[in-house]
Amino acid sequence: MGYHLNFGAVWRDFDLLLSGLGLGLALAIVSIFIGCWIGLAAAFAMNSKHAFWRRVASWYVTAIRNTPLLVLILFAFFVLPRFGIRLGKVESFTVTLSIYAGAYLTEVFRGALLALPRGLREAGLAIGLTEWQAKVWIIIPIMLRNAFPALGNNFISLFKDTSLAAAIAVPELTYYARQINVNTFRVVETWMVASLMYVAACYLIAAGLRFFERRLAIPR
Amino acid sequence: MAQPILQIENLHKKFKDAEVLKGVDLQLATGDVVSIIGSSGSGKTTLLRCVNMLEEFHQGRILIDGEEIGYSGPQRKARKESEIARQRAMTGMVFQQFNLFPHMTAQRNVTLGLTKVKKLPAAEANAVAEKWLARVGLQDRRDHFPGQLSGGQQQRVAIARAVAMNPKVMLFDEVTSALDPELVNEVLSVIQDLATEGMTMLLVTHEMKFAFEVSDRVVFMNQGRIEEEGPPEELFRKPKSQRLAEFLKSSKF
Amino acid sequence: MVEQGTLLYEFWVSRWAILQGLGTTVLVSLLAIVLGTFLGIFVGLMLVYGRFASRFVVRMYVDFVRGTPVFVLVLASFYLLSQIGIQLTAFQAGLFALVVFCSTHVGENLRGALQSLPRGQTEAAKAIGLTFPQIFVYVLAPQALRQALPAWINTATEMVKASTLLSVIGVAELLLVTRQIISRNFLSLEFYFLAGLIYFLIDYAIERAGKAVERRVALPS
Repeated sequence: MGYHLNFGAVWRDFDLLLSGLGLGLALAIVSIFIGCWIGLAAAFAMNSKHAFWRRVASWYVTAIRNTPLLVLILFAFFVLPRFGIRLGKVESFTVTLSIYAGAYLTEVFRGALLALPRGLREAGLAIGLTEWQAKVWIIIPIMLRNAFPALGNNFISLFKDTSLAAAIAVPELTYYARQINVNTFRVVETWMVASLMYVAACYLIAAGLRFFERRLAIPR
Repeated sequence: MAQPILQIENLHKKFKDAEVLKGVDLQLATGDVVSIIGSSGSGKTTLLRCVNMLEEFHQGRILIDGEEIGYSGPQRKARKESEIARQRAMTGMVFQQFNLFPHMTAQRNVTLGLTKVKKLPAAEANAVAEKWLARVGLQDRRDHFPGQLSGGQQQRVAIARAVAMNPKVMLFDEVTSALDPELVNEVLSVIQDLATEGMTMLLVTHEMKFAFEVSDRVVFMNQGRIEEEGPPEELFRKPKSQRLAEFLKSSKF
Repeated sequence: MVEQGTLLYEFWVSRWAILQGLGTTVLVSLLAIVLGTFLGIFVGLMLVYGRFASRFVVRMYVDFVRGTPVFVLVLASFYLLSQIGIQLTAFQAGLFALVVFCSTHVGENLRGALQSLPRGQTEAAKAIGLTFPQIFVYVLAPQALRQALPAWINTATEMVKASTLLSVIGVAELLLVTRQIISRNFLSLEFYFLAGLIYFLIDYAIERAGKAVERRVALPS
């Protein structure tokens, strides 16, 4: 076969790969941040008294979760300009990923809300808090702590999903890997390095999340 | 006595580095009903679980009807898994948590062992199962799933499942501890009936009154050893050891 | 007939292409799910019952694949396999990546389901004298499969969604066909929406079918 491993070609452009990895992380962080707000709103909407909000939220979640992310990305990138919304590649991708994240986080938050004992809200009301105050000071903080593991998992998934940005030529890790692959034909090395970078990043993120989870835990 | 049906000789067992059983000797003749009492950590459940090899032991012998359980020969070679499985069928065990198979009806729970281990034909297995389910009072529940039965009913099915295999010794591991108080009696009366009919039984129990009423002998275990053994009147009314007296007092017997 | 220039006309004209794309999508998804499940069952069993060495290797396999984005798996498979001498079409290379991806999900789900079964089940089965193969077949597997079913349905929908990634390596599945049509008639909104709708319907159908199966095998309580 005569294929000799030569990591030099990949090493030369390692800074590009690293910058791509960083961009991916940044995209994931921004998306989950925005997604959290959307998810919280939708989760509360699904518990709302008004059937209208329940339905809107429910359709949002079902529609997004059952549509492939790539279709959403392409749709946002190519179709939105026709409505006059001119976004750059990165912004377009971020918006798409945030809306995507929001749908999944809605389910996470909804589950966490349901798992809370009912007495919490009532205890808050009993000491004179308004519904809104009870939500902000009691329910949401506890729910977020409970939802933390699931949130963490979603974040890691989201980070892996940033690889799809390469499909619209956003300069993240996969995009650069593909370029290097095409330029150097060092197929094995390129993809091994790219994979390992993702795997290592996911592992570190997971370890970091576990650390934070322990620090956040309410002492028992 | 004539050859005892269950013989435990100098049984030692370790969990990691702590010795949980420190040389236990016990014999049961056919038809004996023996209760084991003691505080948690005394090793009573471990002893029971060694008899059907759910726990391994590193020293001593257990013989059922003369056959050495789990190991064989002077070199103490461990038996093959299939051998051990066959030996386990010589005993029947009822667990604290019932452990019924939730995806099978009560009837199927009972016939599983009859068809797959004893290789009985389906018709015969069903007949045996129906007989025993009727004996524990659950004939009209035999097509129900465990999820549809109360705790007491599940435990009675568990007893039927074990007894239908026609074991030489029945092992009961705190079988009423997980039951609501009002369901305990229905299970105890089934066990009482089996005892009266001559089933050989080894029970680990917290129910002191029941142990007093049903047993031929009572064994008090403490820290991995049998500290006292004797008929219920002696053990409960005239305890010889200090710790047994304390234990009985704290159990409010 | 339908007038030229209207939307309906465009849909009508492209119907064969779309149907072919859809057929390819369904084919590759189905193959990926079936093959991935077979491999995944093997992976799951290895993770739970394998000897230390095999468990370690399989664990590495699962962790490596799950830490890599599917997109990277597809691209790597496409570029790599031809390089190391295995001549595969884009379809086959993409399918390979999807099968590998699916197997890790199925394997992990099976492992989780098996390990969540209470120890008492195995003990009760042992107590009546069943051998280990019997215990697995009659007691453990039926319960584990019931438990893993929802997650498996979820994996199936993930595979359908992942099939879109094969468009990037040139497999003529629904998304690529859609893009080709759009490059011709510039009706990006309509046709992306149509594609999205079709994917949505497929996934929705899988979910509903899954729920129906769940109801049928559920134990009465």
